[in-house]
Amino acid sequence: MRIVADTTRCVGAGQCVLSEPSVFDQDEEDGTVLVLVERPAEGGLDGVREAVGTCPSQALSLTED
Amino acid sequence: MTSDQPTVTLPVPRTCPFSPPAEYERMRENSPVSRVGLPGGRTAWALTRHEDVRAMLADPRFSADRTRPGFPVLAEGQQQLAARFKLSLISMDPPEHGPARRAVVGEFTVKRMAALRPRIQQIVDEHVDALLAGPRPADLVRSLSLPVPSLVICELLGVPYADHDFFQSRSARLLRRTEPVASREQARDELRTYLDALVTQKEKDPSDDLLGRQVLKQRETGRGDHEDLVSLAVLLLIAGHETTANMISLGTLALLEHPGERSRLGEDPDAMPEAVEELLRYFSIVDAVTSRVATEDVEIGGVLIRAGEGVVGLGNSANHDPGVFSRPGELDIGRGDRHHVAFGFGAHQCLGQNLARMELEMVFETLFRRVPGLRLAAPVDELPFKDDSNIYGLYELPVTW
Ligand code: SF4
Repeated sequence: MRIVADTTRCVGAGQCVLSEPSVFDQDEEDGTVLVLVERPAEGGLDGVREAVGTCPSQALSLTED
Repeated sequence: MTSDQPTVTLPVPRTCPFSPPAEYERMRENSPVSRVGLPGGRTAWALTRHEDVRAMLADPRFSADRTRPGFPVLAEGQQQLAARFKLSLISMDPPEHGPARRAVVGEFTVKRMAALRPRIQQIVDEHVDALLAGPRPADLVRSLSLPVPSLVICELLGVPYADHDFFQSRSARLLRRTEPVASREQARDELRTYLDALVTQKEKDPSDDLLGRQVLKQRETGRGDHEDLVSLAVLLLIAGHETTANMISLGTLALLEHPGERSRLGEDPDAMPEAVEELLRYFSIVDAVTSRVATEDVEIGGVLIRAGEGVVGLGNSANHDPGVFSRPGELDIGRGDRHHVAFGFGAHQCLGQNLARMELEMVFETLFRRVPGLRLAAPVDELPFKDDSNIYGLYELPVTW
């Protein structure tokens, strides 16, 4: 599973960082999402799914490739 | 069928501080997207389901511009108060909103907020010291709930805390729906004049604080001007005062009234972040502020909303939607669900949410650890709840220990 982040949609609320700090961070300047681990291990997917679900701007998705 | 005859008029007062108005549940069951009356005889749509509120707030066909005709007005004169000055972030639409938000959101990242932790802990400790040294009973609002977030937002923005009486009273007046419009306008003007002077000073000599850094950023990017910065300062100062403070008071009250939940928390300090999320959901103090006006015809929850019609997303109803939160009326600090809309949703979701979360965690942790015998000094039904404010909370919270 690969994380796709659309930084043009991201509003920098940081919900993703709260859900999974090992996978997401925010840009120092404009607060937009930085994906630290593009393909998180199966075990760490719960937090990533939570991030996808709570992101207020629907900027995050998971794809099967 | 959705009837066009509104049976409910917003804002609906809470009859119990610990639950949403009973009308919300009826609306959610019978007509989740329903026509409601507004003060002054106008009407709007009210959304009561979690799914619909999120869909609406994420949909760019709804405008956040409070000065547009058709924007739901929940208190007389509201529109008058929004007009005349440059719109702040909360009222902006694309394409202005994105760049304006990005210019400031870097100040509020999770990491930036975490760096403030030691200073906030110091502020909390000093206020708990003073509380313990002072007379009993004490008013928790005056001694802790209000000064802590006030000091924090002042230091972050670069606003002298010494003037706190001045801006605390103005922001409270501005948000009180029952306050005469003229008095609310005056409060807004005074606040604006004060911050206008402060911004002017920072333009001359940019200090190392949020407003000073925004001055430099404006110069660097050529985006935004003096008026924009004053609008931002007004927004952040009010938001920093009227939200976290109310959640400190209500959260403390809820934990005092639910000793089982409080002791669960005492046994497991790591449970605090989840407890804070649950308190945010449970009280949903910003209920009807998440309003919009449709700029095109849009279908929400099977109902056609026409261009120009106002829509109120009832956050307190969405956060008690049993389709999303099981046993929504129960305070369950281990619920572990962050899908609530207490900070709104979509592009305008609260900028200061991670600051608020951190302040709440630190205040509850410190207060209950250092004052284990804390208890209410008045019956709950005699407490002065903010039934007349756009943001729910408490005017006073008498406690003893
Ligand atoms: S939760 Fe969404 S909007 Fe917020 S920082 Fe992450 S990607 Fe951006």
